[in-house]
Amino acid sequence: MALPEHIHLEIATPEKQVFSGPVDEVTVPSTVGYLGILPGHAPLLGELGIGEISYKIGDHREYLFCSWGFVEVLPERVIILAQRAENASEIDIKRAEQARQRAQSRLTSKDPNTDFVRGQLAALRAISRLDVARRYQHRQLPR
Amino acid sequence: MPNLRDIRRRIRSAKNIQQITRAMKFVSAARLRRAQERVVAARPYARQMLSVLNSLATRVPEHAHPLLAQRGDQKIELVVITADKGLCGAYNTNILKEAIGFLAGHSDKSVELNILGKRARDFFRRRAFSVRHEAISVLSTLSFADAAAIAADIIQEFEKEKKDQVLLVYNEFKSVVQQRVVVEPLLPIQRLKDLGAADRIDYLYDEPPERIFNNLLPRHVETQIFRALLEAAAAEHGARMTAMDAATRNATEMIENLTLFANKVRQAGITRELIEIVSGASST
Repeated sequence: MALPEHIHLEIATPEKQVFSGPVDEVTVPSTVGYLGILPGHAPLLGELGIGEISYKIGDHREYLFCSWGFVEVLPERVIILAQRAENASEIDIKRAEQARQRAQSRLTSKDPNTDFVRGQLAALRAISRLDVARRYQHRQLPR
Repeated sequence: MPNLRDIRRRIRSAKNIQQITRAMKFVSAARLRRAQERVVAARPYARQMLSVLNSLATRVPEHAHPLLAQRGDQKIELVVITADKGLCGAYNTNILKEAIGFLAGHSDKSVELNILGKRARDFFRRRAFSVRHEAISVLSTLSFADAAAIAADIIQEFEKEKKDQVLLVYNEFKSVVQQRVVVEPLLPIQRLKDLGAADRIDYLYDEPPERIFNNLLPRHVETQIFRALLEAAAAEHGARMTAMDAATRNATEMIENLTLFANKVRQAGITRELIEIVSGASST
């Protein structure tokens, strides 16, 4: 069986459809690690954690921030149902930076009531948002 | 003899009201368009979610999850979604009528209310029904986080077996002029469609399928509530737009009639004065 040349990628959040179109490659942050998907992948269902989704069209690679969700992979189609998915251009760097500092100060505080898991997740979200946003910024700079 | 000044005053106040209703109509039209876009934008997620759930349901045993448990219908929760504001025709009345009808039809069961919207809150406050949870201004600033919070509360209530069934009453958005109140079962989640063996896909899992399934079900409930809220919001704006359009037209008609009347009164006054002058002149 000939392999399909492209994957039809759909990224949807409860609020809106973030992306829909043919791509050459997708990487998603599954709960057990990053997962790269090329056309013709075996059917797969997985859960997504916090991290970055990236997809490639030709030589062009786009990054999105993603936090929790599910992914359904079929040989010619990938559907990402994310709780949150933000394009790199949509991310507010200042706010993410503040969130990171807040989370880290909470984690390093000696307060016994600190909810560590929550703090760690918040920090992870902020750091991951920043990563995505910075990648985007770097590309905007003149070479 | 009606007073001309009184009639003029009534014309002026009708014009003022007309200006307001016309403005409200345009505001509602703009909000309706936005609300409609959100309904459409939320569709892909809900559709894909359902297709993934359906394909998973075939490989996970029934009753595997507390949200699927069929326990009968002794303890029911009714989620009533209305607007916060009035001035939208029979929109709120229809929903409340439907809710009261439901309560009357299930008076032998224990029904508790979960109220979303100021109109329903004010309505049920004066009546003897047990209200478990109420929230206002949900529809005006609607986010998925709100829906998720409402869902979490309902899911908890259901999982503790305090409720056997949860139903939604809201106004479905069919089109701008079409209003339809629906009573929709939310929990337990309806038995999912069993796809034929031909449509079944053998997935790889990087997690046990049960785990994915169990994480998906609460999301599904959240999505259902979010969708209902979005539709209710769109329907509210649609209803208000139609109501305000009718009000504007009624005002136009009223102004026309009053103007005609005012002119007649004015003419009658002039005629009377003329007669007085003429009869006065001829008598001398």
